[in-house]
Amino acid sequence: MSEPAEYFRPLRPTELRQVGRPLARTDAPGKATGSTRYGGDYTMPGMLHAKVLRSPLASARLRRIDVSKARALPGVACTFTGADLSDRLAPTDIPGQTGAKRLDTGQSILVKERVRYYGEPLALVAAETPAIAQKALDLIEYDLDALPGVYDPLEALKPESPIVQGSNNIVAQLKIRKGDLDQGFAEADRVIENSYRTQFVEHAFLEPEVGLAWVDENDVINIRVSTQVIEHFRSIADAVGVPHNKVRIMGAMVGGGFGGKEDLTVEIYLALLTRATRRPVQLVYTREESFLGHGKRHPFVMTYRTGVTKDGAITALKVTITADAGAYVFLSPYVILYALVAAPGPYRIDNLHVDATAVATNNMYTSAFRGFGAAQACVAYEAQMDEVAKALDLERMAFRRRNFLRTGDKLATDVPIESAVWTDECMTKAWEALGERTPDSVPVKVGRGVACYQQSYGRIMWLHDTSEAWVGIEVDGTVTVRSGVTDIGAGQISALGQIAAELLGVSLSDVAIYHSDSSTTPLAGTTTATRALYMTGNAVRLAASAVRERLVARSAKALRATPSQVDLANSRAFVIDDPDRWIGFKQLVALCASEGIHRSELALFRAPFTDKIDPETGRGRVHPDYTYGAHAVEVAVDTETGEVTVLKSIGAHDVGRAINPAAVAGQIEGGAAQGQGYALSEEMCYQEGRLITLSLSEYLIPTAMDVPQIESIILESRSGLGPFGAKGIGEPALIPVAPAIANAVADAIGVRVYDLPITPERIVMALRQPDSME
Amino acid sequence: MAEKKLIALEINGRRLEASVPPNQTLLESLRELGYFEVKSGCEKGDCGACAVLVDGEAIDSCLTLTWTVEGRRLTTVAGLGSGEHLHPLQTAFIEHGAIQCGYCTPGLIIAAQSMLDTTPNPNDEDIRLALSGNLCRCTGYTKVFAAVRDAAAVMREGKRSG
Repeated sequence: MSEPAEYFRPLRPTELRQVGRPLARTDAPGKATGSTRYGGDYTMPGMLHAKVLRSPLASARLRRIDVSKARALPGVACTFTGADLSDRLAPTDIPGQTGAKRLDTGQSILVKERVRYYGEPLALVAAETPAIAQKALDLIEYDLDALPGVYDPLEALKPESPIVQGSNNIVAQLKIRKGDLDQGFAEADRVIENSYRTQFVEHAFLEPEVGLAWVDENDVINIRVSTQVIEHFRSIADAVGVPHNKVRIMGAMVGGGFGGKEDLTVEIYLALLTRATRRPVQLVYTREESFLGHGKRHPFVMTYRTGVTKDGAITALKVTITADAGAYVFLSPYVILYALVAAPGPYRIDNLHVDATAVATNNMYTSAFRGFGAAQACVAYEAQMDEVAKALDLERMAFRRRNFLRTGDKLATDVPIESAVWTDECMTKAWEALGERTPDSVPVKVGRGVACYQQSYGRIMWLHDTSEAWVGIEVDGTVTVRSGVTDIGAGQISALGQIAAELLGVSLSDVAIYHSDSSTTPLAGTTTATRALYMTGNAVRLAASAVRERLVARSAKALRATPSQVDLANSRAFVIDDPDRWIGFKQLVALCASEGIHRSELALFRAPFTDKIDPETGRGRVHPDYTYGAHAVEVAVDTETGEVTVLKSIGAHDVGRAINPAAVAGQIEGGAAQGQGYALSEEMCYQEGRLITLSLSEYLIPTAMDVPQIESIILESRSGLGPFGAKGIGEPALIPVAPAIANAVADAIGVRVYDLPITPERIVMALRQPDSME
Repeated sequence: MAEKKLIALEINGRRLEASVPPNQTLLESLRELGYFEVKSGCEKGDCGACAVLVDGEAIDSCLTLTWTVEGRRLTTVAGLGSGEHLHPLQTAFIEHGAIQCGYCTPGLIIAAQSMLDTTPNPNDEDIRLALSGNLCRCTGYTKVFAAVRDAAAVMREGKRSG
């Protein structure tokens, strides 16, 4: 691989003035006063309201669908069924930026014949009011013949199972073959094998999917939509059969994403309806439709077989992962790739076999969710570390330290890690912060757990990720940043402002950031894969640096100094060794403007590219870099009721450099809460593929009553590939939380619950096992 | 279905009349009237994103029929403060970084204001209980608690000096 040299050049040891400060985010005031408009807050005169008819069966054949009565209803403007559509598919592969051929994994936009999951869209309606649209849905007649389905991935692998996808339901299969596994197990004193299971999980962002579309005077389909990916415009254009430059996506502030707004949501339906009616069309999902309408986190079955010496050296590890891909492929091949890479965790394992398989079933399809397969792997590898330590009677953290991966060691895919690996520092600090142990009080037992992790930031390297940004200075001295990046709540946009302000020596309030419009802001790529700060932050850094260079050169001339003697700060250019020699920023900008000096720059940042990993061995680079950290918790378990209370929750992460420490802490705290739900209370329940947890009173995300005061410990190795040495924290913050809680529960009650979520029922059942509570 | 009725409403100090069918929720009415700061998250009373004050008390507007609040004083988050004139809760949420995606923020601020109206010096349990009907998926609530504690202190100080 050949990274540009700039990735590893040492940072200039200059003082930072904007970066590193916990500034109030630029998007906060609008959100606090309610003036921020989200996707659903845009309307247009004459707007139609759309609704989607969904299948009430998970596996069926659509024999007949008749919309004539719906069409005849006064106020209905348009209907679509599968029969009205060409054979074009809705692409479900990961959105690329290179035009490379995508996986042949599309889904019919509307069912033409075969229904593969409960809630699969059968028809669309657009009408004058939502009530008429709903009535029209009720008037659509259809016959579905139920077909045998399969609802468990292990069942789906059996030859006699119904086929959902392909010839054998296997939608992707990947492996790692590293070192000599037999030799490794031969060197082991003990071999410990366990299986762990995780559940379907829902993103439960607070803002359900929503969009508004219209066709403009240039025949461009405009779509204002809540999305993590404005660059779906290409897929939408392909799906409806128009050129790529005839679809414009305008994002809005996104009311939460977590991967659930990474795939297409309402866009294609809106494009079809507005194109057919030539009227604006809005589509708003209810909470129930949101639960039915987007992919979930993959349930995994994971078997870990660990060979270890008496003194705690891991000599071999064999991992088998089976993921429920649900009814369509979507991002499953990539999700199991992340699981594959993450399988050994932040440990040096020289003899490693991993087999990961994604299997189609008639359950809801599964796709991206914060952690993307690596979160599930951490649930297993950190539980297994505790189980192995327990079997060998070793202290849990000492056992981990014995095996931690360190800078220069080889990752699962047999290539070395080059950035800082501060797992040990993070684990130690998180554990210390737990402080004094809360005593037991019958029937409540208190336990502690820790979990460490490795999580990538930046997209898979053979996707050839790029990001563009434009930075310019207006004649009055204010700064404008233009970036297509979407802000899904983590402060993606505000961070760009901080970076531009830093490099141009102005304050954050002097910077305006225009974002997420595919026609007016430079394409910045997706807000996914913990890449927004890394990629877009670097693009802004490059653009702002280029402008800075010209300003510095001009001010040096004005101050009779050399450019290296001049710095920009506090809205002035000054001589570093003689700060009384300065020129105001406005004056400098006016000078540049009058001389035609270019005050803007469009920059492109290119992530390092590589080829795919070796399919036989898994050898090669998959991600540009990784974040490392740990989470420690203390829990109280009521041994009579099985109720778990999280008493303390502490995340410690090496984020490389915190551009905005308050935003970083916010990610850690939010990840802690989301991980707590993953561990203890959240499960999307399907019966024969039919979703039975249809509301937020059945799908239980943590409330203000459930979450303790969360502590964030931010470490800064400054070794990351992001701007100013930053790594990523969006996904990493979540990863170690669920296994830390699982380990704490096991510590409290002396017996492990191997399946998530760790419900009171499962705890009570585990406590009834004969060998529990010695 | 019964006819629409002209309903007199007082929203953020502004008096207006709106033609409202009997089955319309306050959430629907407010958003139709352009009060987009009232967010729709579930329409079932599960998430609290649509909370508004009715005579100072937080309610889920998705569970309230508009006809039932005729003549009562309604306040949305924009009615607490906007532009340069921010409410102490809004200032504290901004300064503490208690806002991420922001979709739950109006409801959280409304719920907190309702609690502070009757409990000006809340302890941590008061705050948790007051916010327990408002789901947030981004923040983990930690900075939200800090913001409410801080705003409560500012408001008490304001009352003393004012």
